[in-house]
Amino acid sequence: MSTYGRGLRGLSIATVTTITVAFALVFFYAPLDADQGFIQKIFYIHVPLAIVSLCGYILGGVFAVMHLRTEDRRWDMRSYVAIHMALIFSIGGLITGSIWAKASWGHWWVWQEPTLVSYLIVVLLFATYQPLRFSIEDPERQARYASVFAIVAGAFVPLNFIAVRLAQGYVHPRVLTLTGGNLPGPMRLTFTVSLLGIALLYATLWKYEMTAKNARMQTRRLRRMLLGEDGVKPLGRSAAPL
Amino acid sequence: MTSILAAAPALPLHAAGKYVAGAYIVFLALVLVYVAIMATRLSRTERELGELMQDLQAREQAAESDREVEHVG
Repeated sequence: MSTYGRGLRGLSIATVTTITVAFALVFFYAPLDADQGFIQKIFYIHVPLAIVSLCGYILGGVFAVMHLRTEDRRWDMRSYVAIHMALIFSIGGLITGSIWAKASWGHWWVWQEPTLVSYLIVVLLFATYQPLRFSIEDPERQARYASVFAIVAGAFVPLNFIAVRLAQGYVHPRVLTLTGGNLPGPMRLTFTVSLLGIALLYATLWKYEMTAKNARMQTRRLRRMLLGEDGVKPLGRSAAPL
Repeated sequence: MTSILAAAPALPLHAAGKYVAGAYIVFLALVLVYVAIMATRLSRTERELGELMQDLQAREQAAESDREVEHVG
């Protein structure tokens, strides 16, 4: 029996502490950007949300590989929740990015910008994951097809990232590079803590969702044991793993 | 509190302030909405567990009264 709730309390405390410290650093420690001024503070929430969401999609693909290798349905559940959480973080990344674009460039969205459009493509690609699952009634087939989708789409994420990095014409700033980037020390520290906080939030919510789903499945199993098949309402078609 | 605010490099509440506030409020709102949805699901699971508990108690009471009838008989 899986116990996803183990360690959830400690993880939640670590998340709240890190995010509180990160926000304090953002507003009371990190210097104002010479070019953008106060607007640049959005960077500390927008970029971690985008990075963590992309990592979440890749994680969903890794869990899907484990599902196809082991045929253990728990991996399908883990993959489903990882992608589900990444989508929520992506929505946050898109909205905060749009707000930043409006404040900085004067437009909510710039269609000529490869970084923005490619990120939107990734989000829209993964937005089809749930409808795909919902369209397949048989749970076994649903899990298998969803895993294949998660692997292919997950592999697309780094490829897409590299392609955009190689693109020439972009207005989106590049501050994080393999050679260290051009963030000054206090900004780098603030960004690192923010990224850690958002990553911990992702891990906490993933664990929280897994715990809730696990508790619900066990309740259903208990009902079946006590009342038999007649006592359990048949589940309708669902995008979520059963 | 005043000294903390004074120590902050700047909290400009001009044009930039509303965008920065908006971005951070969006983040907090997303987390809060998610927690609210999870709370609803948790209460549903709790209700189902309560129903199961009632069923179990009713069964135990029925079994006990059956035993008493057998004992008297």
